Amino acid sequence: MDLKDKVPRHASFTQHQQKWEDPSILDYSRRIESPFLAFNQTHTSQIKVPVQHGVVNELVQASKVQDWDPSAMLDNLSFLEQKIHQLQDLVHLIIGRKGQVLGRPDELVVQQQQLVTADLTSIIVQLISTAGSLLPSGKHTLSAATPSLEQSGQFGGVVFPSAQGLNDGFQPQNAGGCKVSGLPNSVDISRKNGNEQNHIIEEHELKDEEDVEEGESLIPGTYEILQLEKEEILAPHTHFCTICGKGFKRDANLRMHMRGHGDEYKTPGALAKPNKESGSEPTIIKRYSCPYTGCKRNKDHKKFQPLKTILCVKNHYKRTHCDKSYICSRCNTKKFSVIADLKTHEKHCGKDKWLCSCGTTFSRKDKLFGHIALFQGHTPAIPLEEAKAPAGPSDQGDSNHAANKVGSMNFNFSSNVSSESEVQSSMDIKGNVDDPAGYFSPLSFDTCNFGGFHEFPRPPFDDSESNLAFLLSGSCNYPHTSGED
Amino acid sequence: MKKQKQDNPFNLVAEEIIFIILDLLNRNSLAIKSFSLVCKSFYAVESKHRCSLKPLRQERLPALLSRYPNITHLDLTLCSRVSDASLSLVSHSCASSLRSIDFSRTPLFSTYGLLRLALNCKNIVEIDLSNATELKDSALAAVAEAKNLEKLSLARCKSITDMGVGCVAVGCRKLRFICLKWCFGVGDLGIGLLAVKCKHLCFLDLSYLPITNKCLSSISKLQHLEELILEGCFGIEDDSLAVLKHGCNSLKSLDVSTCQNISHNGLPSLINGALGLRQLTLAHGSPVTSSLADCLRKHSMLQSVKLDGCFVTDDGLKTIGNWCASLRELSLSKCLGVTDEGLSSVVTKHRDLRKLDITCCRKITDASIASITNSCKSLTSLRVESCTLVTREAFVLIGQRCHLLEELDLTDNEVDDKGLKYISRCSELSSLKLGICLNITDEGLIHIGKGCSKLVELDLYRSEEITDSAILAIAQGCPGLEMINMAYCKYITDRSLLSLSKCPQLKTLESRGCSLITSLGLKAVAVGCKELTKLDIKKCHNIDDAGMLPLARFSQNLRQINLSHSSVTDIGLLSLSSISCLQNMTILHLKGLTPAGLAAVLLACGGLKKVKLQATFRWLLPLRLVQYLESRGCMFQWKDKVLQEKLDPKCWKLQLEDLMP
Repeated sequence: MDLKDKVPRHASFTQHQQKWEDPSILDYSRRIESPFLAFNQTHTSQIKVPVQHGVVNELVQASKVQDWDPSAMLDNLSFLEQKIHQLQDLVHLIIGRKGQVLGRPDELVVQQQQLVTADLTSIIVQLISTAGSLLPSGKHTLSAATPSLEQSGQFGGVVFPSAQGLNDGFQPQNAGGCKVSGLPNSVDISRKNGNEQNHIIEEHELKDEEDVEEGESLIPGTYEILQLEKEEILAPHTHFCTICGKGFKRDANLRMHMRGHGDEYKTPGALAKPNKESGSEPTIIKRYSCPYTGCKRNKDHKKFQPLKTILCVKNHYKRTHCDKSYICSRCNTKKFSVIADLKTHEKHCGKDKWLCSCGTTFSRKDKLFGHIALFQGHTPAIPLEEAKAPAGPSDQGDSNHAANKVGSMNFNFSSNVSSESEVQSSMDIKGNVDDPAGYFSPLSFDTCNFGGFHEFPRPPFDDSESNLAFLLSGSCNYPHTSGED
Repeated sequence: MKKQKQDNPFNLVAEEIIFIILDLLNRNSLAIKSFSLVCKSFYAVESKHRCSLKPLRQERLPALLSRYPNITHLDLTLCSRVSDASLSLVSHSCASSLRSIDFSRTPLFSTYGLLRLALNCKNIVEIDLSNATELKDSALAAVAEAKNLEKLSLARCKSITDMGVGCVAVGCRKLRFICLKWCFGVGDLGIGLLAVKCKHLCFLDLSYLPITNKCLSSISKLQHLEELILEGCFGIEDDSLAVLKHGCNSLKSLDVSTCQNISHNGLPSLINGALGLRQLTLAHGSPVTSSLADCLRKHSMLQSVKLDGCFVTDDGLKTIGNWCASLRELSLSKCLGVTDEGLSSVVTKHRDLRKLDITCCRKITDASIASITNSCKSLTSLRVESCTLVTREAFVLIGQRCHLLEELDLTDNEVDDKGLKYISRCSELSSLKLGICLNITDEGLIHIGKGCSKLVELDLYRSEEITDSAILAIAQGCPGLEMINMAYCKYITDRSLLSLSKCPQLKTLESRGCSLITSLGLKAVAVGCKELTKLDIKKCHNIDDAGMLPLARFSQNLRQINLSHSSVTDIGLLSLSSISCLQNMTILHLKGLTPAGLAAVLLACGGLKKVKLQATFRWLLPLRLVQYLESRGCMFQWKDKVLQEKLDPKCWKLQLEDLMP
């Protein structure tokens, strides 16, 4: 196999990239179609080509096939098989040529090795993608492993360097001119997203970009609308190792991982954040559309409001159109579809101490007051612990205190408590608190039992004074107040 | 039977007419009492007529409430304690009639009692819960059940928070008046909600609350707010005030005392919209410069301005002189920087001034007094306390020119008998303060006694040249005297008290340190002055148990007594227990007081709310007794002050001046 054979392939690739950049293309699926065609046109029987072809083909299928489709699976598998055969052939070829090529043997060996590695990598990736459809997490068929569009961009980026490796001599040609410029761009999307994702995963506060971007007023038409498919949105990983195929959520993590694959990935260049210089290109503003028809974030909606980043798309889609499968382990009631939301909630779960009469709890007082200001008839609910423990201002507090110390009247105390429990019960009734007992904690039960509601009709308190009066009656002719009711 | 009815001419008079007569009698509680004791029908009419009740003890509530079925206003401030049982009794007996209830200064009721009250008394519009420092949010949740509530005072309810206020805001939508002074637990959220929910608020006292500008924006949207008090709200600042474009347009009175962070930059945003502003208090705030005074130039309705304790510049005062409003009341008390020039420029422009307070303006001289008396002839109140540079001649001018004066404070001044002679021309004078005026003698006061027959209040504290003849002249000339302070007038004897016993309205008698008076004089006062409520005979060494017995017998209205350093013993004190109103007792340094006697006294005086005792008794009284008394609503103050040596008044005054800046 001659090295020069690679050249046309590159041409095709660049063409592909140029198409990729075409702003008129709104839909990924369509967009993919054309490079695919372009690809086929420039198709030469290269070993490399089927790989690309395969990926693209698979993508096309992925975008077309919504659900688990055994025939698609079969296609994929046969395609893989074919690819493995091709690789097998290549290796045979290399072995066969080994004796013939004498000049610069080392270089050739290295190139060959890289070539094989690259092919193997793509086979692995393909295999994982196919297998992913069978994973339980991907509820809807291919979702888990279907490479998202960025992934395909990623593939482009990932495969390309290896190709570069192959075409050492041609590198200047590749690097110069507009043809390459397309590639960094396409890679850039994924990088950027990766970065944003990093950022956001680290700081949960920012995850609501979906809303933040609400106020943005881009004139329709001035930006490019991209729409990812459901499976792409739900893919767990967006960055894959070209060598072992391991998936990563973040680009940085991938780069760290790559270091393990050899010294060439340890260079500052390989570790640096890629493609910073892309800013020099006049970039077109990209906005995203939700694939769910009827959604306000869908581009066909009358009042379409685009999403700013891929991460926004992901969070939006999961929050709005997916099942809430993450349940808070503490309260067992709150459900979330985005794991970051769950984590945020878990931080505060159980600390919601601001309670409205409607039963809603708030972790922040200002939120409660905002809620009350908004709704008629809702009122702050005073936790009963407070109403009880320091009890009726000083009255029971002090008098009980005194009474107990004087050593009399335990029933006095209990009757007081019962009065408190009446307050409680009436408050409960009034407030329609969903689960007052839960909120008011075991304490309230205890005291209820202790005080006893049965005592009620009886005058709930006796004056502590009159209780005391007989104790001290010798010294004090204080008129008894017979607990009137 | 029939004949009897005809005999009684009042049977022919419609009840309404008797009610009108009773309304007129209402000012004098003794008259009403006598009326009700005439006959059964009068008793019944009076029972029906009375609508306000101020019981002394909660134990009497059942009887009182059954006697007076039409009570609309119940004032429980005199009760040392109000238990929940009493409250539920009240809520049952006056279920529909009760409109107003006052608990200020009465602790010991609980959430439960309040809830009963709020639920049963549907027509209640006013609740005063001031000073209930232990009151919790749950109690406010109970108050919130009173849906018709219009007026709520929660001053010094330190334990309440936004949550409680939120309950009230949601529950009492008709609220018009709320006082949250010193409720330190209430912040922006509570106040904001209050302003959002209670649209009819017209009075809002937010003094000393940790609020910031956040809640001001919602307050400024209140359509009916007339009076806003933001005293000591340190969180309110100029910078953020600027956001408020217009304050409340309806505002008539604004108090931003002690808000040091509000200056001429922020003030306009509070008051610019309020063109009807009548009253403004900027006391202890930022310096009154011309730029601050300029903010108010256009408020033509402004009537009263209080700048107490501010630093005032001449320019500031001149700008005040140029306001388009004509002030009725100006207070510059304790203002630093007030000069003759500045003050003159104000008073020459505001000639309609009725009240002027220049207490402790230490730089002003006779020139100021001359311009004040020249311009403001219609002054009714003038306070010139401690203006040390003003000479005795200036006070003649006051008497010569301001004949309408009703209140004059000349404490700590150079005024002399000649001055008093001219001041006696102010025939409307009702309050005269001559404390620490060392130049006045009997001669001057005899003039006052002759001229000022409407005198109600006279302060002669440490004006030590005064003797019995001065008091005689006052007692004879001023029959309506209600308060007299003769503390440390060392020449006063029993004869003064004998003459004062002819003043039947006397309510407050202070003769602290008049060591010549004896029990005999006190007896005369007790017999003569039935209205006596406050008595201070500290350091009257010659008063002993013999003085207490007539007090106990005749002064049934006595509420407060100070007996420190007198010769009263257990017996005398014990006899005081027959005064059912007695609430405050200060009994320090009584040589004849024993722990056992004290215990008996404390147990016997059932209405006691506050007792000042020497700290040594704390350990001599049984702990259980103290606890019991505390549970009954009595508060103890344990003092362990060492006896102070006697001071010469002049030397004392000099000391005081040294302390002052």
